[in-house]
This record gives sequence, C-alpha cells and structure tokens, in this order.
Amino acid sequence: MSETQSNSTADLCIEIRNMDKWYGDFHVLKNINLEVRKGEKIVICGPSGSGKSTMIRCINRLEEHQKGDIIVDGTELTNDLKNIDAVRREVGMVFQHFNLFPHLTVLENCTLAPIWVRKVPKAEAEATAMEFLERVKIPEQANKYPGQLSGGQQQRVAIARSLCMRPNIMLFDEPTSALDPEMIKEVLDTMVSLAEEGITMLCVTHEMGFAKKVADRVIFMDEGEIIESNSPHEFFDNPQHDRTKLFLSQILDH
Amino acid sequence: MTMTKQTYAPGTHPSLPPPKNTIGFTFWLKENLFSSATNSIVTLVSIYLLYLALPSAINWLFIDATYVGTTRKDCAPDGACLAFIGERFNLFVYGFYPAELRWRVNLATILLAVAGAAVLWDKIPARKHMLKFALAYPFIGAWLLSGGLGLEPVGTHLFGGLMLTLTIGVTGIVGSLPLGILLALGRQSNLPIIKYFCIGFIEFIRGVPLITLLFVASTMLSYFLPPGTTFDLLMRVLIMVTLFASAYMAEVIRGGLQALPKGQLEAAESLGLNYPQAMRFIILPQALKISIPGIVNTFIGLYKDSTLVIVIGLLDPLGIGRASVADSDWLGLSTEVYLFVAVFFFISCFGMARYSLYLENKLNTGHKR
Repeated sequence: MSETQSNSTADLCIEIRNMDKWYGDFHVLKNINLEVRKGEKIVICGPSGSGKSTMIRCINRLEEHQKGDIIVDGTELTNDLKNIDAVRREVGMVFQHFNLFPHLTVLENCTLAPIWVRKVPKAEAEATAMEFLERVKIPEQANKYPGQLSGGQQQRVAIARSLCMRPNIMLFDEPTSALDPEMIKEVLDTMVSLAEEGITMLCVTHEMGFAKKVADRVIFMDEGEIIESNSPHEFFDNPQHDRTKLFLSQILDH
Repeated sequence: MTMTKQTYAPGTHPSLPPPKNTIGFTFWLKENLFSSATNSIVTLVSIYLLYLALPSAINWLFIDATYVGTTRKDCAPDGACLAFIGERFNLFVYGFYPAELRWRVNLATILLAVAGAAVLWDKIPARKHMLKFALAYPFIGAWLLSGGLGLEPVGTHLFGGLMLTLTIGVTGIVGSLPLGILLALGRQSNLPIIKYFCIGFIEFIRGVPLITLLFVASTMLSYFLPPGTTFDLLMRVLIMVTLFASAYMAEVIRGGLQALPKGQLEAAESLGLNYPQAMRFIILPQALKISIPGIVNTFIGLYKDSTLVIVIGLLDPLGIGRASVADSDWLGLSTEVYLFVAVFFFISCFGMARYSLYLENKLNTGHKR
C-alpha cells in the first residue's frame, strides 16, 4: 500500500473514493477506495458475484454508483452526460462476450467510433484501424463479419476496436472467460504486448499467470469489498487475509 | 458391399465426394415426396385432387371464358365472364378519377415505382440522387393526384379503386415505420413523460378497432375542429391508418429491440457513441433486421385493412367490386369480381412477402450460427 501513497496525486489516472453501489436493496459495492496511477496494470480477482465487474463498469459509467466519487483523468463522473461522454472517449473496454457489432465488418467495427466520435476522416480512421488490426495480428480479416471469426479472433478485434479510439485507460472485463482454451493464449499475448506499451490497464480475470506476469498490483474482492491489494509477488506468496488464502487455495490447487 | 475400403494414414484422409443417390432430381423426389408410405399416399392423393380441380378451373377461367361483351347476355353460361372485368377495368383502377386526367395517376404510379426502386434496391445507379427524389416523392405524388399549383384540382372523393388502395397503403407504410420506431424508442425512454405518453398512445390505438377510428375520422373529428375548417376526408383517413399501423409497428420493433443483447448498447456506449449515434448505427439496424417479418406482416395487414374505408363511403377495389356486382346488366358475377380483387391483393401482398425474404437474406451477415 505504501508505494501508492508515496506517489504524488498528479499522475493519478483513476481515483475512486468511498464509493457505494446498490442494485435495489442489494449492496453490491461497499466503500470502494482505489487509486490507479498512469501506466499502472491492475488485475482484479475474486469469486463470482464479488462485484469486480461491477466496479470496473462503474469507471466508464456503464453502471451508476450511488455514493462516493469516481474521478477519471481529472473528470468526475456525475449525471452530467458531457462528463460521461468525455470519460468514455478516453476509456476503452473489452467485454467477456466481445460485443462486436455483428452487422458491420471488422474494419467498420474499428472505424465507426473514431469517425463519429473523434471526427477522424474516414481514410485516416481506416489506416489507424488496419494498424491496430495488424498489431493484434488479424489484418487479413478486416473485411469479414464478426460471425465469421473464431472467438479468439473476435476478442482481438474487440481489443483493436477499443484501441482505435486511442484511449488512455483500458478496462478488461473477463476477456478470456468465454474462450476455448486454445484461444486464451492468443488473447493474453495481445494483452501482454499491450501492457508492455505502458497503457493503464484494469483487468478482471482469473488468469493468474497473466497477473503474475504483467500486474503491478493484484486486487482481491469479495462480497463487494476490496479485501486485499498487493504486488503479485506478495499477493500470491504471502496473502494476508484468510479469505484471500482460501480463494488462492481453491484456484491454484488444480 | 464388395467395395474395397480404402485406408489412409492418420492425418492424410482427403475430402471425398458424397456417395451416389444423395444428390439430384430422383433423390429429391424420393426424399421429399415418397420418403415413407404415408408421404407417398399424401403425394398421390394430392395429385389426384389437383387432377380433379385444375382442368375444370382452367376451363372455366380460360377456355370457356368470354372476354368481350357489353352485357351479361354476351357471356357463355359455363365460363368466366371476364368481359365484365374488361368493361369495368378503368373503374377498378382509377375509381371516379376524371378520365381526361388519368395520365396524372399513371405518371404518379410510374414515379412511385422509381422512388420505390431507389429505396428498396441498393444497386440502383446514382442511388444518392434517387433517394433524394424518393424523399421528395410524397409531395410530388400528392400534387399530381390532388392537383393545385397549376394542375386542375381533383377532389379526393373521386379517388377510388386500385389507386385509392395504393395511396392509403403506401402512405400508411411510409408513415408508420418512422413513427413506429419513435414510439418503440419512446416506450423505452427513461423520461417518464415520454414513456407513458408512448405507452398510452400505443395501448389506446391497439385497443380500438380500425373501423371505429375511421368513423371517428369521418364524422366525429369535425366536432373537435374549429367550426368552418374543412379537413379533407381522405387526409383524415390517411392519418388514422398511419397512426393505427404505427402502434402495431412500435410493438413489433420493440420486440426487435428487446431481442438484442444488452452488450451491444454497452459496447456502443463504451466507445463514446451518444444515444442517437448508438441507435442509428448499432441498435436500430440490428433491431429492424430482426423485426423484418413482423414489420412486413404489419404492412400487409395495413394494406388489406385499407378495404375498410368502404364503411365511410370511399370505394377501394373491393367497394367498387361490390357496387359492380349489383349492376342489373351484369347480375350474378360475384365470383369473377371477387376473384379479380383477390388476385390484385394477392400479387401486392405476395410481392411484399418475397421482398422481405430477399432483404432478410441480404442482411444476413453470418452471425446467426
């Protein structure tokens, strides 16, 4: 914890303070406090239903929080649509089920938002899109429809689609959970190479190998609370909390 | 089964052609018409029924039919009296539209075909300009049909027959789709006023028979309007039919909207698209595609419901048919008349149905696996 506090607040990228969220009567997120520095890679893990997806979905306001503050890149998330749009332009998101637009080609998936949100000329947007499709190693699929691609390819397109908006922050919501085992690696490789480029990443995942390899910090959540937050080394080798130990013993025993 | 089974080393098995007798016409016959004893019996019975019905129907309609004549007496007793249809053809097509001005109806119909082609067929040359023309067509069409601005005015009480059906059908179709989209989106709005207005409108219109609305349009509306205002009867009918169809359309489209995974809107939002952009580029194209069968169903229903205008004194082909059947020179010809009307409606509706299939095929991008 001390390493985050020693940094000045100037390079803070995401700041969540005393945030609470309810679904109806159900208290899903309880007093969440989280500070993310620019370029930091954070892996969030925890049992299902612990609120990890909900938490990162609050960061681009796909979910609304009811108490506390969320400040992303200096913009506070309130009901103000302008602020929400401003944050969403800077924050990319990759979903568990890809959520590609099935009626558009891969290239159109990648250029739609830059053209209409960033007002980039079409030719330039297409050049950028091809660049990112090459980065995720599927430029040859540009004119196909998402339904014609494998799951792993679709997820890489989804990553490229987010990158085309040139976001400062990328959120990954269980990006490999819906994939066949043989496709997980190609997506993780893409994410590792992305991490090496210094973009800020928050990643909800059960891929502990990925966490060990790229994370600066691992956060463990349970029942809507952040239970533990530590460097991967400390987190895996020296977990502090009983619930963390239990969780780790359950996922690592196999 | 003396065929020697060829063996391949693992990993070298090539793709082989399918076995014989699984493709071709005889296979199709066997598979579809004579696949089992029951199926064979059904096939043979069907062929026998066709043998009984078809020859006499063809005899009546074509071979024994009378094509020319001026009264019922000119017609052969055993054949269809198509002379009557020929005699009344102009009435069926143009209603009571003045004969010397019928070129305007013809021109409007041709232009309608051009505008329709621009909208429905995306490979038409210079489509951008054609679409602009299609946008202007409602005004051009209305001007040609009802006159004014240099053309001799024709009262809408003279409209009738096929042109009346087309006027009501096309206006209703063109008007109800955008209105239905707005109502469907409004019904899902977060703003309670918009939401409950849309729900109220949809439920009210759906809960009232079209005939009632037409009666309201023809009689009661004048009580609500300021005294002295005249509001064209056909115009009122067009508005009522459009509103009626739009309520159904809204529910069909709502079905399509709800069939979309929530992730589509979330993905659009996470990319920074605002609400209108997300609807226009992501949600509506997919929701409307899913709704095509229901939309076309509503169109066909609306088109056929246009025959109900008979209750307020407008004569569509069916109305003209009924009036014609009562003509003392041509008594006893209801079969011919209703058959003619049925063929007209069938061709239009079947055309719409086929177009919707074509559209569904074209928009299928392979995500339905």
